Amino acid sequence: MPKMQAEEVRRTADLLVEQIHRLSERPLRFMEVCGTHTVAIFRAGIRQILPPEIELVSGPGCPVCVTPNQYLDTAIAYSRQQDVIIATFGDMLRVPGSSSSLQREKAEGADVRIVYSPLDAVAMAQAHPDRKVIFLAVGFETTAPTAAAAVLSAQKAGLKNFFVLSAHKLVPPALAALLQAPETKVDGFLLPGHVSAIIGIDAPYRFLTEQFHTPAVVAGFEPLEILRSVFMLLRQVQEGVPRLENAYGKVVRTDGNPVARKVLYSVYETAAAEWRGIGSLPGSGLAVKESYQAFDAVVQLPVTVEKTREPVGCRCGEVLRGVTTPANCPLFGKLCTPDHPVGSCMVSVEGSCAAWYKYGSGRWQL
Amino acid sequence: MKDGKIQMAHGSGGKMSHDLIAQVMVPAFSNEILAEMHDAAAVTIGGARLAFTTDSYVVKPLFFSGGDIGKLAVCGTVNDLAMSGAKPLYLSAGFVIEEGFSIADLQRVTESMRAAAAEAGVFIVTGDTKVVERGAVDGLFINTAGVGEKLTATNISASQARVGQDIILSGFLGDHAIAVMSERHGLVLPAEIASDCAPLGGLVGEMLAAVPQIAVLRDPTRGGLATTLNEIAKQANVGIILDEEKIPVRQEVQAVCAILGFDPLYLANEGKMVVFVEQEYTERLLAVMRLHSYGREAKVIGKVTDQPVGQVGMRTLIGGIRLLDMLTGDQLPRIC
Amino acid sequence: MCLAVPGKVLSREDLMAVVDINGVQRQTSLMLLPEASIGEYVLVHAGFAIQTIDEEEARQTLALFKELEQYAENAG
Repeated sequence: MPKMQAEEVRRTADLLVEQIHRLSERPLRFMEVCGTHTVAIFRAGIRQILPPEIELVSGPGCPVCVTPNQYLDTAIAYSRQQDVIIATFGDMLRVPGSSSSLQREKAEGADVRIVYSPLDAVAMAQAHPDRKVIFLAVGFETTAPTAAAAVLSAQKAGLKNFFVLSAHKLVPPALAALLQAPETKVDGFLLPGHVSAIIGIDAPYRFLTEQFHTPAVVAGFEPLEILRSVFMLLRQVQEGVPRLENAYGKVVRTDGNPVARKVLYSVYETAAAEWRGIGSLPGSGLAVKESYQAFDAVVQLPVTVEKTREPVGCRCGEVLRGVTTPANCPLFGKLCTPDHPVGSCMVSVEGSCAAWYKYGSGRWQL
Repeated sequence: MKDGKIQMAHGSGGKMSHDLIAQVMVPAFSNEILAEMHDAAAVTIGGARLAFTTDSYVVKPLFFSGGDIGKLAVCGTVNDLAMSGAKPLYLSAGFVIEEGFSIADLQRVTESMRAAAAEAGVFIVTGDTKVVERGAVDGLFINTAGVGEKLTATNISASQARVGQDIILSGFLGDHAIAVMSERHGLVLPAEIASDCAPLGGLVGEMLAAVPQIAVLRDPTRGGLATTLNEIAKQANVGIILDEEKIPVRQEVQAVCAILGFDPLYLANEGKMVVFVEQEYTERLLAVMRLHSYGREAKVIGKVTDQPVGQVGMRTLIGGIRLLDMLTGDQLPRIC
Repeated sequence: MCLAVPGKVLSREDLMAVVDINGVQRQTSLMLLPEASIGEYVLVHAGFAIQTIDEEEARQTLALFKELEQYAENAG
């Protein structure tokens, strides 16, 4: 792969920033939908070199942050069963449910194991035929096909002890819900590059420009790619013609990845989903189809779950909707820190609150 | 904390470890020497200034590319002594062995302890062996303690960090952590990526002989470089600014980090050190370090500044500043 | 929300490939990208190749940055 030298990166960044400053005339609020963008933005110190008029707000694209307590409570209830192994991405381990977390259950003796790939969970089920392996299937359109592929693999291997607990979510319905909410004020979207690699552009996002007249750019994850996408958003604002642009063409094709979608929708179907801080949105999640019920933990393994309690005072919901910033939450940095997270936005590395805490507000000056 | 339970993150070397030590250990043991909170305690016995330290080793897998638990147990303790400006001299070795453990494997471990001790010029002069029931430990745990002789004319302590000093790192970051964890995640590394586990006493001796004015020496083990520098910044009430471009990380280590969502600044090292020194001595020190096999890649990675007090920042490639906090919990492989 | 890294397909057998990610190799499933061929760059997420990387486009992105650079130099 072609790569730029450090010196080139610096010069190009300087130029992009210069152009961005030149185009910034009034206060604008751009939302980076994807949590990986949030982390990349903080890690590169991008907020700091942008003009003060431009505010980058984090959107709902952190799967850990939007997963409701009820899901975690269910996973925790499963983890307390003797014959169950919980297989999860590291992301979910520290997320607090109503009264516990998987990490705490692990300390109490629950068998909670971290996997890098859903296929690792399938292999785990194969290696432990006497145990039930429940894979915590979270994530957006990028990750859901990998979980679906794992189900197909488990079926092919004839496994009877592999299950998924699905909390997959879909990005476009969340964006539509955001834009419909009266308090939302977003002047442009940095769209998630890797979700778009699967769903493609145009059709899934057309409503952004057609219905809501909001500029949108599909962005890559390198600091320069992010700066370039901000520059492209500004150019759209200045020209007054909102459109959908693809600044991540090396990975994102118009039609996305049709094979991945075929795998995804062979196992899952769209369903209403509960988003933390946003509420229930029709057609915004994925449920296991009836024909694959044999792998659906909820259907196969009924479990009693404690009554869900939401944390008091936590403003994660508003942060996720881009209505407020973490620093405005009364719990932020006091009762709620990465060590003792109250809300999920503080748990995930890519959660806006954790990023604000860890990297400073991003307007840190020397 | 009172009614809580110990979680894995309490042992990660990050914030939770610090809190645990501050809330449970320090109040129980509190004394003047402990209060220094150095890698090795400074004690004076009959006029002799000694450094005294201990560490327990619980690595999994026991054998990894570039070392094993035995080498680690010797090097870790030797390095803790060296980082306090002492010449490592004598070590103890305590073994807690699980019933059923292979004696051949135990011999592999003791052989690498012998080799590491020989290289470091220390003697293992006392020891203890306990065997516990299957399942009570995971194969083998080792504890080593060590004493060393404090070198005269040196005053090395985190609190000696002063504005204007250069910060030198002795080599590539993260090799140890990556070598130990890769296998667990199905990642295959080229043979040359191995744990950096090494006894640094010899190198430190040469450095101090050339530049006794060295202010701070630390090995960024658990919690990584970022956590170590935060500790120093807090202890000395200074700011620290790093230069992202100058931080040496191997391409393969960078790749594993990209795959698993890790940050090399928080990965454990077992054969690296950071050195704080007044600028006028930097060149001389770098020259000495680069002649030694464990310091060949030494370079200046940042500076001590007057602000922000107690914090660590990093100037990024594109000209921003990123705040580096201490490690929170363990780094866990993530997909998001 | 989704970490993914580019890597080069070194070999493949049915729907499993060995992908080299900057010197690090991992078994990677091609279930979601069955057409990937040896030598091609793919994007890897959670153990799966999820898309091919268009090297030509990658080069163009770089060229675009360089263009911007020249533009500014001329303007300055």
